[in-house]
Amino acid sequence: MTTAENNMESEEKGYEGVQTPLRRFLSDFCEAKLAVVGFFTILAIALVAIMAPFIAPTDPYDLATVSVLDSRLAPGEAMMNGTTAHLGTDGAGRDMVSAMIYGLRISLGVGIGSGLIAMLIGISFGLLSAYAGGKIDSIFMRIVDIQLSFPAILVALVLLVTLGKGVDKTIIALVVVQWAYYARTIRGTALVERRREYIESAVCLGLSKNRIMFRHLLPNCLAPMIVVGTMQIAHAISLEATLSFLGLGMPQTEPSLGRLISNGFEYILSGKYWISVYPGIALLVTIVSINLVGDRLRDVLNPRLQK
Amino acid sequence: MSVFIIRRLMQSALVVVIMSFIVFSGVFLVGDPVEILVSDDADQEEREMMIKSMGLDKPFLVQYGIFISKAIRGDLGDSFVFQEPALLLILDRMPATMELAVVALLIAIVFGIPLGVWAGLKPESLASKSIMTGSILGFSLPTFWVGIMMILLFAVVLGWLPSTGRGDVQIILGMPISVFSWDGFSHVLMPAVNLALFKLSMVIRLARAGTREVMHQDYIKFARAKGLKEQRIILVHVLKNILIPVVTVLGLEFGGLVAFSVVTETVFAWPGMGKLLIDSIGLLDRPIIVAYLMIIVFLFVLINLLVDICYSILDPRVRLQDIKS
Amino acid sequence: MRTWRQIGLAALAVTTLSGPLQAADIVIGIRSEPSSIDPYFHNLGPNNAMLGHIFDRLNDWTPKMDKMFGRAASSWKAINDTTWEFKLKKGIKFHDGSDLTADDVLFSYDRAANYTGGNSSFRTYTKGKTLKKIDDYTIHIMTEKPYPLMPNDTTTVMIMSSEAKGTGGKNKGISAKDFNNGTAAIGSGPYKFVEWKKGDRIVLEKFDGYKGPVAQPWDKITFKFIKSEPARVAALMAGDVDAIDNVPTSDVERLKKNPKISLSSGVSNRVIYLHMDQFRDSSPFVTTKDGKPMNKNPLKNPKVRKALSMMINRKAIVERVMEGIAIPAGQLLPEGFFGRSGKMQAEKFDPKGAKKLLKEAGWGDGFGLTIHGPNDRYINDAKICEAIGQMLSAQGIPTKVVTMPKNVFFKRASKGAEGGLPEFSFVLVGWGSGTGEPSSPLKSLLATHDKSKGMGASNRGRHSDPRVNKVLNEALATVDDSKRGALLAKATEIAIGENTGIIPLHYQVNTWATRKGLKFDPRADERTTGYDYTPVK
Repeated sequence: MTTAENNMESEEKGYEGVQTPLRRFLSDFCEAKLAVVGFFTILAIALVAIMAPFIAPTDPYDLATVSVLDSRLAPGEAMMNGTTAHLGTDGAGRDMVSAMIYGLRISLGVGIGSGLIAMLIGISFGLLSAYAGGKIDSIFMRIVDIQLSFPAILVALVLLVTLGKGVDKTIIALVVVQWAYYARTIRGTALVERRREYIESAVCLGLSKNRIMFRHLLPNCLAPMIVVGTMQIAHAISLEATLSFLGLGMPQTEPSLGRLISNGFEYILSGKYWISVYPGIALLVTIVSINLVGDRLRDVLNPRLQK
Repeated sequence: MSVFIIRRLMQSALVVVIMSFIVFSGVFLVGDPVEILVSDDADQEEREMMIKSMGLDKPFLVQYGIFISKAIRGDLGDSFVFQEPALLLILDRMPATMELAVVALLIAIVFGIPLGVWAGLKPESLASKSIMTGSILGFSLPTFWVGIMMILLFAVVLGWLPSTGRGDVQIILGMPISVFSWDGFSHVLMPAVNLALFKLSMVIRLARAGTREVMHQDYIKFARAKGLKEQRIILVHVLKNILIPVVTVLGLEFGGLVAFSVVTETVFAWPGMGKLLIDSIGLLDRPIIVAYLMIIVFLFVLINLLVDICYSILDPRVRLQDIKS
Repeated sequence: MRTWRQIGLAALAVTTLSGPLQAADIVIGIRSEPSSIDPYFHNLGPNNAMLGHIFDRLNDWTPKMDKMFGRAASSWKAINDTTWEFKLKKGIKFHDGSDLTADDVLFSYDRAANYTGGNSSFRTYTKGKTLKKIDDYTIHIMTEKPYPLMPNDTTTVMIMSSEAKGTGGKNKGISAKDFNNGTAAIGSGPYKFVEWKKGDRIVLEKFDGYKGPVAQPWDKITFKFIKSEPARVAALMAGDVDAIDNVPTSDVERLKKNPKISLSSGVSNRVIYLHMDQFRDSSPFVTTKDGKPMNKNPLKNPKVRKALSMMINRKAIVERVMEGIAIPAGQLLPEGFFGRSGKMQAEKFDPKGAKKLLKEAGWGDGFGLTIHGPNDRYINDAKICEAIGQMLSAQGIPTKVVTMPKNVFFKRASKGAEGGLPEFSFVLVGWGSGTGEPSSPLKSLLATHDKSKGMGASNRGRHSDPRVNKVLNEALATVDDSKRGALLAKATEIAIGENTGIIPLHYQVNTWATRKGLKFDPRADERTTGYDYTPVK
């Protein structure tokens, strides 16, 4: 629903495009120290996620090396194979550090992956809609309206009930609930941009529609897409965790952060806090960092507030 | 005007029909309700009798046809589990969900607007920066996680509030309502706060953005020049101008609140529609799942229709555009 | 202003009224809500547990299921091979004041047998049986064949009044709705139905006219439905409820240390076990080690099945996954039940022996497997699957783990493949014997699948051995208890001991928790019954 708010703002006010040069943008962005901290945190998290197989002490997804005999060890205890479980182990005997690094990888992967696919689909539909106008526009926008009027959580829930579990299915469900946000945002921006002189002159020059759409229109619509995109990714990660909590989403042997939390939920009253608290913190830090950056981006890229 | 409304009505009806097909076929694909409901001891014959009595022996399209022909008469089928009309079962639970959602909405407004206005008035102060960071936290925290933590803290560790469920219900104006008794209020507090967090952050942000814009407007400068007290400016001029967008957005988002109560109701065992949906998914009670989704579809289509009509009354261009296309 | 004041006053009034609970009331937080108050609507654990308060049965089980006792019946005996005589107790009153007589029993069995529209009826127990009234307090039940399990079957069907006053005369043609709103919910049990708020609670009240063998320790029993496991535990710890059922294993250890809470656990009649595909030459989820399809099915070889069983460290599962709250299993029912084999123990964890056996069977290099299981049906089901996946993977059988919600799982496990055949190759399931002896699991899980005879209905691995069928059929027709017990034990020994037709893992142990000062007598049938809670001093 951050996104709804997003869209509202972007639609109401209409982005006028970013005329500020990169340097100005950077200095503006860096004014908010928290956002900078957020940015570097994301960078660090992404690095850890990408490097997971090299950093993680054990491979939590290799069933042959994980053993229930190691399950529920407290932080700092030694596992059977001699490695120390610095943050303890979960109910299946996975080292929490490794499980969190790999879980982060899945959470980020699912969030960013679904975000990018949704963005691609959204951009295509939104641009086409804005450029074509008329019947196509009104049909597309009607679909978008309908889609957006349904709460994301319900749509994803029903989809996953139907599709079953797995990374691919979760991504599909998240793409379905996200694409319309992008489509609407880019259409709104594109409609404003289309009336500008540089597009009109491009039309006068007789450039092909595709060229105008992708070479001229698209780059000028990117600023709001970046804002919506960051917020959407945070939203997708959180949604995935919620779905996992409701028992849908990721398979149990390859837990995402959300899944780790919900697995640990059952141990929380019995004092084995580490199984859900640490992944919870990791999830929080990730989402908050992304949102901090997104929030700042919106402030910086929204010309109306730059007074 | 009436042409426009008729067109929109037809469009809405089409949407409802299409959605009913998507929902019905989606739910139809999942699992086998007989396997869930049948007892371990039952033999093949018994299973087949159940399949028949549930109408599951018929081909998909026939089942859908039966569903539609009944739905037109306002009958969304009988629950597999309880064998009572699905619609009634859901309507039975609706007041609980509505109560939760309304209380959550009130919390969001009562706390969100002052905080947001404050943050908008003094954007550079430490307090306002904390409020804004807090609001980011508010929509970053996964609802279920916050709910669990709240139960742990307020019910188990401190013992201040009951952990789950709904309190004693009284009939007020024909509606079963629990919030006006202490028992009911103490039960509703945690889930409502949990559900409100998200909207609270949103209200804060809307109010702040609104305040910041309004403060730059000429009439505020004028009011200041006139020597009006700051309090009056804020209470009358600023508040009046930011309330409209906040109320509009919250109105539109109320449906989202109802939908998101699925998570909160699951965590707090709140006996509302959302919990019924999750329970029904677990038991594969298809008629209830379909009926719930159809009610939601209907609700949203209705809201959209009303919004469209309102717009068209306010802005005749919308009407013209629509007819042209 | 005035309205607010009124509301405030109203709130105050309610607070004082709803004050602290009386000593003889109990609030129990239970996981599963029954689906109806109609006694024949749904043959399902939660229903049978709840309705046992309101309705009597001819017979019932003691909590441990080791002894049957008469509730409406005073005595019963077989008068010849196919006729059983049941005598009714005199002076049993229904909640509306009328007497319970043979007519009511006949009416009830008739309604159970011909019930339409419900979910999973009691027909399994009434089929092939004819009831005859001899006098007001004597009934004969005739069976088509000698049927030793007749008394066991009478622990299932509940007895309702044939003319409950609430529905205005004869009880014919009433439906589940009449029960759910209370008008027809009139039995002769120790507790009366008060109200059912769906999704929230059921309230029962002591029936003063009850003189039967079931205790009435409470004036009022309230069942609250709290499905979420942590929420249920939290409700107990916060004092919102006096007792809960289905305590998650992960919380047992901590609750034990809590001085304000006492726990009771008891082994159930439910065994958790693995089915293995024994009917396909090319089984979809048995692959080569690197996951490619195979046209040979090692699971058809009893040695391979035995080896898999030996690779599973049951002790580790019980200790680490179940946190000690389970008992390793070697057959279909735990100790203390009728018809068990005295010879069979839980398979010992023996990786070396398993390797040797695999080599003998020609599968020394191993193969790939996928284990399928539900994730919301049995205690820690998904975690057990994962642990088995780990154990087999570590011993040269790379095993994938796939778990899914029960609503999807059971359909696919029973008939997900083409032609209505079971879809999976290696599945985890459980079985609770409602009749308290092993004939029902032998019939359903290990007898050759035969729809027309009602055999092997849940035989998802399609184990088939004519010897088992023969011994089992003989047992099913033997009225003499000790002989029948020996035959059932023998069938188990062949099917599980020799063939490893299924791999038993453990017997589920259920745990109930109460606040200090209460005690629950744990029930082997996994039912949570208010009258089995008693105050202790």
